[in-house]
Amino acid sequence: MSSKINSRIPEGSLEQKWTTYRSTTALVNPANKRSLEIIVVGSGLAGASAAASLAELGYKVKCFCFQDSPRRAHSIAAQGGINAAKNYQNDGDSVYRLFYDTIKGGDYRAREANVHRLAEVSASIIDQCVAQGVPFAREYGGLLANRSFGGTQVQRTFYASGQTGQQLLLGAYSALERQVGLGSVKMYNRHEMLEIVNIEGKCRGIIARNLVTGEITRHFGHAVLLCTGGYGNVFFLSTNAMGSNVTAAWKAHKKGAFFGNPCFTQIHPTCIPVSGDHQSKLTLMSESLRNDGRIWVPKKQGDTRKASEIPEDERDYYLERRYPAFGNLVPRDVASRAAKERCDAGYGVGASKMAVYLDYTAAIERYGKTKATQLNENNPGEARIRELGKQVVAEKYGNLFEMYEKITGENPYEVPMRIYPAVHYTMGGLWVDYELMTTVPGLYALGEANFSDHGANRLGASALMQGLADGYFVIPYTIGTYLSNEIRTKPVPTDHEAFVEAEKDVRENIARMMNVKGSKTVDHFHKRLGKIMWEKCGMARNEKGLNEAIVEIRALREEFWRDVRIPGSADELNPELEKAGRVADFLELGELMCMDALNRAESCGGHFREESQAEDGEAMRDDANFMYVAAWEYKGNTQFEMHKETLVYEKVKPSQRSYK
Amino acid sequence: MKLTLKVWRQKNAKDSGKFATYQLNEVSPDMSFLEMFDVLNEELVGKGEDPVAFDHDCREGICGMCSMYINGRAHGPMSGTTTCQLHMRKFKDGDTITVEPWRAGAFPVLKDLVVDRSAFDRIIAAGGYVSVNTGSAKDANNIPVPKHDADAAFAAAACIGCGACVAACKNASAMLFASAKISQLALLPQGKVERTDRVLNMVKQMDAEGFGSCTNTGSCEAECPKNISLENIATMNREYLLATVSKQPDFGGTGGAG
Amino acid sequence: MANKVSQYLQSSIGKKTVMAATGLFLVVFLLEHLYTNVLLFFGDGGKAFNDASHGMVHSIIIRIIEVVLFVSIVLHVIQALMLTGQNNKARPVKYAVSGVSKTSSWFSRNMLLTGSIIFFFIVVHLYNFFVPYRVTGTVNGPEDPANNLAIAVAEALGDPMYAALYLVSVLFLAFHLNHGFQSAFQTAGLNNRRYAPLWKMAGSFLAFIVFGLGFASFPVLFYLSKVMEWDLLNWAK
Repeated sequence: MSSKINSRIPEGSLEQKWTTYRSTTALVNPANKRSLEIIVVGSGLAGASAAASLAELGYKVKCFCFQDSPRRAHSIAAQGGINAAKNYQNDGDSVYRLFYDTIKGGDYRAREANVHRLAEVSASIIDQCVAQGVPFAREYGGLLANRSFGGTQVQRTFYASGQTGQQLLLGAYSALERQVGLGSVKMYNRHEMLEIVNIEGKCRGIIARNLVTGEITRHFGHAVLLCTGGYGNVFFLSTNAMGSNVTAAWKAHKKGAFFGNPCFTQIHPTCIPVSGDHQSKLTLMSESLRNDGRIWVPKKQGDTRKASEIPEDERDYYLERRYPAFGNLVPRDVASRAAKERCDAGYGVGASKMAVYLDYTAAIERYGKTKATQLNENNPGEARIRELGKQVVAEKYGNLFEMYEKITGENPYEVPMRIYPAVHYTMGGLWVDYELMTTVPGLYALGEANFSDHGANRLGASALMQGLADGYFVIPYTIGTYLSNEIRTKPVPTDHEAFVEAEKDVRENIARMMNVKGSKTVDHFHKRLGKIMWEKCGMARNEKGLNEAIVEIRALREEFWRDVRIPGSADELNPELEKAGRVADFLELGELMCMDALNRAESCGGHFREESQAEDGEAMRDDANFMYVAAWEYKGNTQFEMHKETLVYEKVKPSQRSYK
Repeated sequence: MKLTLKVWRQKNAKDSGKFATYQLNEVSPDMSFLEMFDVLNEELVGKGEDPVAFDHDCREGICGMCSMYINGRAHGPMSGTTTCQLHMRKFKDGDTITVEPWRAGAFPVLKDLVVDRSAFDRIIAAGGYVSVNTGSAKDANNIPVPKHDADAAFAAAACIGCGACVAACKNASAMLFASAKISQLALLPQGKVERTDRVLNMVKQMDAEGFGSCTNTGSCEAECPKNISLENIATMNREYLLATVSKQPDFGGTGGAG
Repeated sequence: MANKVSQYLQSSIGKKTVMAATGLFLVVFLLEHLYTNVLLFFGDGGKAFNDASHGMVHSIIIRIIEVVLFVSIVLHVIQALMLTGQNNKARPVKYAVSGVSKTSSWFSRNMLLTGSIIFFFIVVHLYNFFVPYRVTGTVNGPEDPANNLAIAVAEALGDPMYAALYLVSVLFLAFHLNHGFQSAFQTAGLNNRRYAPLWKMAGSFLAFIVFGLGFASFPVLFYLSKVMEWDLLNWAK
């Protein structure tokens, strides 16, 4: 392990680490908490829950979000649910099982101690949310309902229809607004963090831009929490919100915070495909659709017939063919790669040829027949069976089918849906230790913004769990360890030279961008970056492609700084300027992602290196050489140095995954 | 498709603003309404003009940030649909489309189509929560909630806070928004403890923000992208009346002898 | 408590409740008025009607209710004007294009207008009947067979202008109530998914069938009787 990183995992057995830590770590007394200031950047699940919880403890909190309200953060878009080891279903779930599933799902690239803690606090999250009035789905007896998710063998997913993320976020948001109302949190809407301020090796504040007036402001904090989400938008097209960005994390990275496993990206197999060049974002269709739908492409290359005109024996149900054991239910990364393989080989469907069919014909027929039997209808006609089948499918998936129709204008009850994988989540992020502190003392990263507990692949319904675990139940304890040594630190006046210097850098960077006055729009560069990343650092990666991508990104970055055009001025509401700043950071991050992918010459989880596959095309992990977290240090001028955090598995024995 | 856009342009909060007309010649029916604005903005930037500022984020109908008043309708002509989920195939070649910002005294225009909806946050901060500190919750299954109540609470909680109700109401009333939160929490046992103060404080804040009152025209319900029901407003009215009647004077504090 | 009540009445919801309460009280009055008017059709030369009117003047309870009635009308009107003013202020800049007609009915949005027409009619109506009968004494009670209230009604409604005004006002009253009645229950918080259709149906029935047809029958029949030279007041004799 590099001497520059210390994961600070507590001693003791895995099961006892968190309990021992909580009982023995230093505390800050209530009177001192009042004089300690904490800055929280981001107001999603991690940010809102952290800001609210810390304010409840008595700290003075400032919270920043770039949207017009903290309730807009993209956590709101999560559909499926949140995992918790409650074992309400009496089906054998436990903290250990949730821990084990998460480690295995992450393809043995996550830190055991963190994941175990995550599983331990998962149950408290549900308690907390229910107490806040989050309307989870319930059974007729009035108790909470669960569903299964992502191939686990227990039912541990709590949900609120298809809007679980929304309901959890609104719960955290209401807790946050309560503290705003009480005066314990000062909220800064429509503010974007553009720099962190370090004084004597510790993070002491941030520089933010008021997005309405363009005003640049300085903010002091004894500690700074980055809860700024993932960086999937480096691909331009993703299921992330339009504003999701890496800027806060990247600025911190350039000021000393190491970046962990930047290449680990999750690509979700069931998204609505791109319909044209105008496309601005991709929409996810819940993974649950794969439970009943069959995925296929024509057996003939470049087949232009309509789906209904292609007879059964000319269809290739490629997942069922390749993975007879799991069929259409293989994990996300496997399903995604298989779709890409077929489309690349020329079997794709739709106008773009970059899509596969997700067909409900068989399911409608099957459900229709069952329903007819239930209704004691003998010899129902084909039309009647389809009618009954559609009713059943509508009950289960009605809202998803409706959404599909809204976006594509096609009726999925009549024609098969077209789907294609899309970037969805980034497992990589700022490297943090057990306390969620980055390599900059006093600077923390929570939620998707950190390199996370998900290893190389995240399980469904675990992102919400991690965001809330970090904010509600981890940081309130771990930040005390640091702040107990800061009680004598007086607030640093913001005319301190470090603040002045940081603000100057921000202003210069903005002025530099505004002054390019080139000929191409910000989106032009973003789209080109996205194309490079998607093609060469997307679902499948190889040495040649990654090397090319690095060269191309460097050239694109140079062109950006030479030829980008930002209209308007910097002292007004200027969305193009906001985008430009974010794309400028993506243009640097993209290169690091490619470097990381190049370095990791193995296939694991969502990271598939074509050089590292078995004869049958399946992914091959290389534990002997790559069982580590790659933590990248910024060395200035887009130079990076890698540090290794070796992963030690005390509890779980790594094995190769197989779904045949 | 060829379209004519009449878009409200206003430099900042102080500017008086006016409509500008733009021609778009190659609009794909598969575009979303906001993607059409992306195309317009690319063209404007290309010509060296200031692009149209508009709020948007998730573009999948859940964050509640998009907010356009299209041809006299909040979020456009489709019911149960946000602007970002509205697609151009719902319009005809040659159409003229007028796009305005949400209009309400409590939602001042910041620029072009961008308005300030922080009044909604302040209404929530006045009482749209359950006062439960992190860590103090009991086991989630300790209090059963009848499924019907849980479902009704969820239906109210589906509000995305976009402000279409205010925009659509002839009185710019925020009652559908405020009542959705009040009735969600009034339906659940967890929210019942604070129901009296909650409704009094939230209504007070709502009135202080300068929203109009409800005249039961039903436009808010018709335009709500999440189909929040008018029933919630009746619940709020009832809660408010009951709270007024039942509110007791506060005791002088509950602190013990020190 | 007084403090609470005044806070309630000053809130947006409280003001609406005043509208609802006074409105519902006026509905009760209208029912009573309709009942008295129907007595005109007894064909007894207006005796029943005249007696009832006379009885009211001399009933202390009715006199008190009368005061409440006037107060209600005044409150209903003042509150309506204040609310409309406030509601207009809530949207200082109007929309250039409004599609509000697609999401709500014209009558629900124009209660002030329909209400004003009704108010105008009430003033005229008071001037025609209340003032001569109760203030100036130019119309007599049941003791006078040649100049009593029933005869005054028959004569007034024989005037095509007055009959037309009456009819139009009744129409507006019907639409006003069609929205107002169910709206009052919504405002009072007595509404939910289950009862909403009930209030709506009851409101429409009351507005169009009871009050609409009921009140419209007076100008129509009395005008017709004038034109056709029927003796409507005495048909049973």
